[in-house]
Amino acid sequence: MAIGVAVAIVVFAALPFAGITIPGIFDGPLNGPGTLNLLGLCFVFGALALTYDLVFGYVGLLSFGHALYFATGVYVTAIALARWHWSLPAALALTAVVSVLLPLALGAICLRMRDIPFAMVTLAFAQAGSILVMQNPFGLTGGEEGLALGGDTLPAALVGVVNTRNVYWMALVLLIVVYAIAWRAVNSPPGRVWQAIRENERRVNVLGLNPYLYKLGAFVLSAFLASATGVVYLLLQGGANPQVTTADFTLALLVMVVLGGVGTLWGAVLGGVLYEYLDFRLIALANTTGVKDLPALLRVPLSEPLFLLGVLFIVLVLFVPGGLGGALRRRFGAALGGSP
Amino acid sequence: MTTIALLLITGLGLGALYFLIAAGLSLIWGLMRVLNFAHGAFFTVAAYAGWSAANAAGGAPVGVRWLIAVLVAVIVGAVFATLTEVLLIRPLYARHVGQVLVTVGLSLATISLVQGGFGSDPQTFALPSWMTATTNVIGANVPNTRLLVIAVAALVFALLLFFLRRTRFGLIVRAGVENRAMVQALGIDVQRAFTLVFAIGGAAAGLAGMLAATYYGTIDPGRGTSMLIFAFIVVIIGGLGSVTGSAVAAIVVGVIQQFLNYYATGIGDFSVVLLLAIVLLFRPGGFSGTTT
Amino acid sequence: MRDLNVYIGESHILQGVSFGVRRGGITGLLGRNGVGKTTTLRGILGLVPRTGAVVLDGEETSKLPVHEVVRRGVAYVPEDRDVFSGLTVEENLTLAERAGSQHRYDLVYELFPELKQRAAQQAGTLSGGQQQMVALARALLNADNRILLVDEPTKGLAPLVVRHVVDALRRAAEVATILLVEQNLSVAHKLVHDVVVLDQGRVSFTGDVEQLMGDPALARKHLGLAAAGSH
Repeated sequence: MAIGVAVAIVVFAALPFAGITIPGIFDGPLNGPGTLNLLGLCFVFGALALTYDLVFGYVGLLSFGHALYFATGVYVTAIALARWHWSLPAALALTAVVSVLLPLALGAICLRMRDIPFAMVTLAFAQAGSILVMQNPFGLTGGEEGLALGGDTLPAALVGVVNTRNVYWMALVLLIVVYAIAWRAVNSPPGRVWQAIRENERRVNVLGLNPYLYKLGAFVLSAFLASATGVVYLLLQGGANPQVTTADFTLALLVMVVLGGVGTLWGAVLGGVLYEYLDFRLIALANTTGVKDLPALLRVPLSEPLFLLGVLFIVLVLFVPGGLGGALRRRFGAALGGSP
Repeated sequence: MTTIALLLITGLGLGALYFLIAAGLSLIWGLMRVLNFAHGAFFTVAAYAGWSAANAAGGAPVGVRWLIAVLVAVIVGAVFATLTEVLLIRPLYARHVGQVLVTVGLSLATISLVQGGFGSDPQTFALPSWMTATTNVIGANVPNTRLLVIAVAALVFALLLFFLRRTRFGLIVRAGVENRAMVQALGIDVQRAFTLVFAIGGAAAGLAGMLAATYYGTIDPGRGTSMLIFAFIVVIIGGLGSVTGSAVAAIVVGVIQQFLNYYATGIGDFSVVLLLAIVLLFRPGGFSGTTT
Repeated sequence: MRDLNVYIGESHILQGVSFGVRRGGITGLLGRNGVGKTTTLRGILGLVPRTGAVVLDGEETSKLPVHEVVRRGVAYVPEDRDVFSGLTVEENLTLAERAGSQHRYDLVYELFPELKQRAAQQAGTLSGGQQQMVALARALLNADNRILLVDEPTKGLAPLVVRHVVDALRRAAEVATILLVEQNLSVAHKLVHDVVVLDQGRVSFTGDVEQLMGDPALARKHLGLAAAGSH
């Protein structure tokens, strides 16, 4: 299993040098900016889904506001760079600080509740954040139009179509680092407490441990990592867009994690990558002549990626409870090994 | 002074819409412990069905078309909700998280379908002239749509209370919200109550969808989801499972939102969210005190 | 004559409980705290997952959902009474009415006249003893209830109320079979004919109540020290 992963990493790292084309899967050559950008986004979403799996799959906290922390990474960095003209390191430092303090404060409040009330407060706070962004306070966030990063805000190596490969590599490194951190966390003593909390919180209390602190720790860690993925997303997109603050976006995260399999780290990555890929490609599919000529009854559903994803989601929840990750594990369990 | 009266009544109108959505949500949660995200989909699909029906009846007078729209919306809402319960919720009876997830998937799928079929831009909903006219209430000129929405919601509230207090099914629902297992231990098949509660919720959501179209004069695929979040807040503040609680909370939320939004757009929405956080910190069960 | 046969297999708490209940009497289900008496009752109804068979008058009810078991004539009086606090006394009783069966309000009001007086009172405001009466009344209401599963009806009640409950159960036994879980051994001794004793999830003794209670050593062995002194 580990060898397979190492090989995959090498392959992906080398991609920007591969001039081959895989028609149908990707438009354009593998090392072209379009494909690299798409793959970079897939990695970002894989990492993001992973951070959500930490809090939802491992600790069992159904948070409906995870998008808020992703958006924090996107917007705080964007504002620091584009509005205040800070240097990249300074902007990153600010984002890092906010990404710890914000979930600490909000988590401390939200985690006083359980289950559904917890879910609703996290949703409410995320909604408040979304409203705040849309209001464009002090002209900072750009409101509905979003906030573009001008060419002069970033170091030259990260700007321009030519340098897509650099941002691509950043995304790949992000995914690897986030995965490594998550893996370490989950297999550490606190990680085991998290899983115990998911199974039976009362028993954890009986052991003399305070579940609240462990939950808060997981919450802050996953939020911080989510924020990091937000930063790379910002670089890939070249700007901030308020869509990432919406409840729909958090629900999309939920879909990603369930798609890939709750409680398995690589499953979440798979879910995130697949979701982003499908979202992108299905739109392209809708524009192909084959589909355009279909009668409206067929064309409309096929043109809406969210429809297809929603249906897929329903089918998975009803018939494949472990997500794709679970299904794959059942088929190829031995070959995949036991690691999360 | 007239501004305050106007804001108060528009706030009540908004609250009326929230109540219609929240009442169903509250009963579904109270009885079945299902957090029904598909409620926004019921709202949207039913509203578009009603709107389409009104357009199809092109020749008839506007008032009749409006009535047709409302009737169709209520029926479509009820049917859609019933199908959802039977096909998606029931098979997942022990898996509460799965039930929530499946409603999320349904919501994503159907609303995007509506968007694809009708476009994401708002479209006008033709209203009879007496509705768009205004009435003078305590010096303020209030659009009649607001008054209509409030009147209908009050009627629905009365009907719901009648159903809960005076019918056998209502009795079963009230008891089931308290203790589902004991209701079964009395030989009663709660499953039928589940379906009924979903149907009622769907009908109310459909009605809300058409009334919202009346209130705003337009129909819009995104409205269901955005109103749903506030409806959830109303349900929690009012107490899960309590129709009266939802009514009171809906009024409070609607009025606060409308008032504060007038002075600075967005502040009202923000304050409602803040209100939820405060209420939950001090009373996790909401005002009605029913514990989750 | 067997009325109810219970063979409950592995669940967390029960490990192969197997016994029969004679029609028309009061059978006691006894044992120390935590041995699985309540679980057994809930298992008979199907409120907890269980393996094994439950046979009621020759019909196997193990595959049926809870409400179907109850419709076959099985009434449940739970340990916590579980009356619906938000409903009035009258509504609690109305809810218990089953279609197709006669409703013995005359019997219920004869046994518990207070319930008639407090018909419009919210059940949540009743005392423990009054709630117990509601719970018993619910079980007795339907004439075709053949067997009543009663779980610790005297728990936490004042002696005068306990007497009332005992009298009510005696009257109930005239019209139905009763399987009674009771920690209070003097009450049990007064009421039951046969006993089934559980110990650590298994049946440790079946037989006549006099057999058990009359022999202090036997009583102590199965029921603990508290049993030895009671009569």
